[in-house]
Amino acid sequence: MNVEEIVEGVTKGNRKLLAKAISYVENEHPNSKEILRRLYPRTGNAHVVGITGFPGVGKSTIVSKLTEEFRRRGKSVGIVAVDPSSPFTGGALLGDRLRLEGADVSKNLWLDEKVFFRSMGSRGRLGGIAKKTGDVVKLLDSAKYEIILVETVGAGQSEVGVLEVADTVVVILMPETGDDIQVNKAGILEIGDIFVINKADLGGAENVERWIKYMLSLDEETVMELSKLSHAEESRLMERLRWKKPVLKTIADRGVGIKELANEIEKHYEVLKKNGVLQKKRNERAKISAIEIAIEEIRAEIVRRYKSLLDGEIDPYTVADKIVKEVLRC
Amino acid sequence: MKIRVLVAKVGLDGHDRGAKVLARFLRDAGFEVIYTGLHRTPQEVARAAVDEDVDVVGVSLLSGAHIPLVPRIIQYIREYGGNPDEMLIVVGGTIPHDDFPKLRDAGVDGIFIPGTPISEIIKFIKEKLPEKKKGGK
Repeated sequence: MNVEEIVEGVTKGNRKLLAKAISYVENEHPNSKEILRRLYPRTGNAHVVGITGFPGVGKSTIVSKLTEEFRRRGKSVGIVAVDPSSPFTGGALLGDRLRLEGADVSKNLWLDEKVFFRSMGSRGRLGGIAKKTGDVVKLLDSAKYEIILVETVGAGQSEVGVLEVADTVVVILMPETGDDIQVNKAGILEIGDIFVINKADLGGAENVERWIKYMLSLDEETVMELSKLSHAEESRLMERLRWKKPVLKTIADRGVGIKELANEIEKHYEVLKKNGVLQKKRNERAKISAIEIAIEEIRAEIVRRYKSLLDGEIDPYTVADKIVKEVLRC
Repeated sequence: MKIRVLVAKVGLDGHDRGAKVLARFLRDAGFEVIYTGLHRTPQEVARAAVDEDVDVVGVSLLSGAHIPLVPRIIQYIREYGGNPDEMLIVVGGTIPHDDFPKLRDAGVDGIFIPGTPISEIIKFIKEKLPEKKKGGK
């Protein structure tokens, strides 16, 4: 299939060609960069929402319920769900789609023309998303899906990769996953714009809620205090205070709290748009991906061009110096 | 290129131990495996096969309803713009030998009955998929 055919298909809402385009991008097919380049001008309209949290907290169930809710609000929904690939075999069990509600309930999301669900293996990338998740999001964006939900790998404490692709990050927690020290550690809990305590019907939900709220109040205090000391970090920290991070409780499998969650997601997007942060985030991201693409191509070129030098006996530091000197000169 | 496999349970059949064990073994064989969960309709399986752009569709049936259900999955894959001639369609479960020709005529590439060693299924996929892809192009 040629670039032209795929670009036109994606633009016109042809699911089969969108599916193929995603495979091209995932497999780093030689045509994939050209496809993305052509479709890029059509991107930027979707609200990209990251859904992250520990394994088993209910990310996929919440994704299904949110999809249903946004469809009710008349919006089309694209979903990219990432599960881990084996570091040994490269294989993966992609088990997020099965939570998507089908014919057994009133609304069949499997057959909804305005829903596109794609499962991805993380394929060696750490951080909660796959290397190509951002590009797959761009494809869905260019195919005019209005809300794009990115479900991460079940994340531990430091999987903050979803920040690279999402405008809004929803962190899902559940009762009995630790105490007030756990919630004040750096990492995943710093990246949430919205916090959700799922399985709120289990005992202990109130404790998690209290600790998260306490953690968020400390955020505000530290910003205020730090702003007295330095100016360097001040503006970045202040930015975080422009949005009061909500803490919600849900019982996802019964649909409890989903409307409120969808409301907060929409509200956050409006705030991002209004205060200019959205554009800033996206510009920053475009810059980073340009650097990444360039570095990747340079890396491949280095491996090709300096094979004999790399295979030689010289120590790696000297080899690196030689390569850098030569590469940067041209 | 990664081989993507959809492992599907379709219709009123609640027995998914086999499908889950198979999904796990296929994972260990290096495939990306998408499991559909129970009680899917032929349309849902077909839609997933197209949107997920899988190379192999494996349907597990222990209900005896393979004759009405499996050909429909293939038919809907075509209807949704997919090309079942480029995919490997395999069926596993309690399939009587008498029904093999009917399934084969409908476009099924491989049929695996209880007791089949999983290595045989993996070997089948690895050998037959490249042939099928070439044939479809």
